Amino acid sequence: MAEYTLKVRRYQPESGQAAYWEEFKVDLDPSLSVLDGLLQAKDRDDGSLAVRCSCRAAICGSCGMKVNGSSTLGCKTQIGEAHEQANRRQKEDVPPPMGADEEYKPGSAAPGRGSNGGSISDSPAVAGAEEAAPIVIEPMGNMPVIKDLITDMESTHWTKIRRVTPWLLPHGEAPEREYVVEPESMIDITQSMACIQCGACVSSCLSMEADPDFIGPAALAKAYRFVGDPRDAETKERLHDLAHDPHGIYDCTHCFSCIDACPKGVAPMDQIMRLRRAAAEEGVDDDPNNGANHVTAFVRMIEKKGTNDEALLVQESHALGLKGKLKPSKGAIEGLLKSLPTVLRAIKTGKARSPSKVIPGVHPKLPGGSQDEVRAIYRHAEEHREEFNLYIKGEDEDFVEPEPDETDMEETA
Amino acid sequence: MPKHDVLVIGAGLAGQRAALAAAEQGVSVGILSKVHPVRSHSNAAQGGINAALNPGDSWESHAFDTVKGSDYLGDQDAISIMCEEAPEEILHLEHLGVTFHRNEEGRLGTRAFGGASAARTYYVADITGQAIMHVLYEQLMKHSEQVARYEEWFCTALALDEEGECRGVVTRNVADGSMELFEAKAVILACGGNGQVWKPTTNALICTGDGIAMAYRVGAKLMDMEMIQYHPTTLAGKGFLITEGARGEGAHLLNAKGERFMERYAPNKMELASRDVVSRAEQTEIDEGRGFPDGTVALDITVVPKKRVHEALREIVLVGRDFAGVDITREPIHIKPGNHYTMGGVKTDVDGRTDVPGLYAAGETACVSVHGGNRLGANSLLDTLIFGRRSGVDAAARAKRGEGSRPSREALEAEQAQIDAIAAREKGSGRRVSEIKLELGTTMDAKVAVFRDEAGIAEALETVRRLKQEAESAYVDDKGRIFNQDLLAAIELGYMLDNAECTCVAALERKESRGAQYRTDFPERNDEEWLKHIDLQLADDGPEISYSEVTITQWEPEERRY
Repeated sequence: MAEYTLKVRRYQPESGQAAYWEEFKVDLDPSLSVLDGLLQAKDRDDGSLAVRCSCRAAICGSCGMKVNGSSTLGCKTQIGEAHEQANRRQKEDVPPPMGADEEYKPGSAAPGRGSNGGSISDSPAVAGAEEAAPIVIEPMGNMPVIKDLITDMESTHWTKIRRVTPWLLPHGEAPEREYVVEPESMIDITQSMACIQCGACVSSCLSMEADPDFIGPAALAKAYRFVGDPRDAETKERLHDLAHDPHGIYDCTHCFSCIDACPKGVAPMDQIMRLRRAAAEEGVDDDPNNGANHVTAFVRMIEKKGTNDEALLVQESHALGLKGKLKPSKGAIEGLLKSLPTVLRAIKTGKARSPSKVIPGVHPKLPGGSQDEVRAIYRHAEEHREEFNLYIKGEDEDFVEPEPDETDMEETA
Repeated sequence: MPKHDVLVIGAGLAGQRAALAAAEQGVSVGILSKVHPVRSHSNAAQGGINAALNPGDSWESHAFDTVKGSDYLGDQDAISIMCEEAPEEILHLEHLGVTFHRNEEGRLGTRAFGGASAARTYYVADITGQAIMHVLYEQLMKHSEQVARYEEWFCTALALDEEGECRGVVTRNVADGSMELFEAKAVILACGGNGQVWKPTTNALICTGDGIAMAYRVGAKLMDMEMIQYHPTTLAGKGFLITEGARGEGAHLLNAKGERFMERYAPNKMELASRDVVSRAEQTEIDEGRGFPDGTVALDITVVPKKRVHEALREIVLVGRDFAGVDITREPIHIKPGNHYTMGGVKTDVDGRTDVPGLYAAGETACVSVHGGNRLGANSLLDTLIFGRRSGVDAAARAKRGEGSRPSREALEAEQAQIDAIAAREKGSGRRVSEIKLELGTTMDAKVAVFRDEAGIAEALETVRRLKQEAESAYVDDKGRIFNQDLLAAIELGYMLDNAECTCVAALERKESRGAQYRTDFPERNDEEWLKHIDLQLADDGPEISYSEVTITQWEPEERRY
């Protein structure tokens, strides 16, 4: 048994008050969960503390929330570990996920993970007491808050799920017995079937923070469940739809947040990347987002140059060519002009650190033979494609990566 | 007032299957659930679903295993229907998109399960219930024009007409606290079991026996309420489930001396004897001092090849890691028997019809009875789907037959008054709901569990009746309308207490040992006097006992050996 302080972001819609923080002292075994802690507070101190929960075992997906700023399931987070994490954050002076004085606007989306800032200096528990760092608990991000930790998943998460036509579309009559399919194909999509629709990935998604219309990690993982299903007959139509949507598969920025957040190892970002590869394989390469072009341009550039020439990548993404450094095609020039405001902003905010970086082809060389090495890695990866799927491989530390092909590496050395 | 031909209460597997089946008959369907459908507890069924679909297997063999597993208390006509229709149902699910495990030829593959004479369990890794339920929910989204979904609506009572026919339900919209009377020509209860009456339990917090209690309160008969399954492999303390699939894949049970103790209890089937047998064996080892100091025995999964564990038992790798801090691929995990399943429930015929006209029940809420004294692993998903579908079809047919009268609005007014009264209780007027719930759970787990006797059950019954009194003045903190979970918990507590009372009364009545009911004061099965169901019906001062015959078609009772 140990004592913990839960610092809970509360919002009582009928009180007429803005959201506020409230601390609860709870007393339980460190191996129990943050949800157990919340339920103890609810049982002992305040029955009005609202949190959706049911199975307590990370199966039902009800208790998505943010613990110390990270989107997760309350039942899957051990309270002892959450406490240690809170202490580490306090020592390292990591700003808490949200300022204590910051207010939710009732009915509006809760700020996502990116809106850090503020301090908890007004919290009485913090002053000098090293062990007393509270576990900070908030509702999920990217969704409107209804009450305390309860968010409106219908208007966000479920609407997006329905967007991807989430049911099997086979053609023709069903066979008399089962569909005969490759055994590996079922295991492959079982990874996305493992999704419990908890919304943790949606809560953590940085792209969705920038573009609330982004279909998002959960719904796209659901889409892969059908695209990867050999029984589904509308694979190409699905991919065309998701590639052409301006908020579709190319809206993901590879930030890995959803992979970190997912409590079930679904790895939504991996599923999105599979959708992109499937789109390329199905010849869906004419999307108005230039997503397919961007992917192809990036791959070619790494293959050829062994480094990313960002300015050239912009040009190439608008119109593939890679003909010459300063000979962009007409389409590329048009695209580049359209990108100018973004480029200017990048310079202004320091994202593009030197103006020379915005000129295609003037990207500085990497030191030593680094670019050659990257090219060698690229060739190796091309020749040894490995689909990473936890259901096939398992999280087995005994699993040995295949040895790199030595002759391949020597050639380039 | 929302109105549908068929109204389904509960949206787990039984409810969703019933709704889809009714919609297929062309009637208007509403499905209503106190949580979002995909949060339903069917999710937790890990291991699989039984069907005699392999060449060389037969539905009769499946049925016999089920009859024997039930300790001959199951009704053989219902069991035959379930087992005969099972293969078709599996294929239907496969066609809808369930990602069942395949064998090397790309056809449906099976695993072994407890109490079964053949490997006939179809599965999706160890997320079978979840995988099937999410696929059914896909179908509900697809058929949204035929099936209206009411997600996060809580039922407080069934509404009857003047002739005593069920014509609707009174509900509270959880999101805003408004009360509604839903009108229907047939109502199907598919609200799951009552595991929360025990603590610990493998069951979710939502499994509070709502459907069983609501049916009981309007006069429907309950049956086999004493039959409560304790699952052999649950995590000590927290009650989380470790699938029987682990033993199906070859895992061993060991006592603290490292002995594979099942040799002494079930020399042929060993770890794969039926659940009541394995749970009693474990409890005996623990009680006689051969368990671990934390009151457990060990499940050794390290004997199963690692790749197979990761492929087929991944969920319990996570459960071990996240909830017990144990890497099950490297060391045994401590387990004990824990509350798991309600074999009894609302008495129905093979089409889900209860004693109240217009009222149906399916899944764990119902007692058809296909599980009798003990349910076999991987038969519960099958039960939900077969009898969910049959209820949906029959309810649709009933709805098509006629208009009937309308429910009285008095039910709505009475429920509103009841809720207002709960909210009006002042702080300090009584105990907290959570305290009463805790006392109920620990009492039932101590007295009405694997081993029972008259004194213990009587003591539990006395406690339950006192708690019923106390519950009437239990207060709630939350006085609001929006997501007032505190208030709903008070209503659920009432449901749980009704369930508990019925279980105690039936357990006290059955003076023999059969299936999950093991009476240390009557340790033998007694077919002469007790090969019959105990039925309970609400009377003035609690449940009134009557008996009904067990239907025996082709399998005469014999001694059970594994």
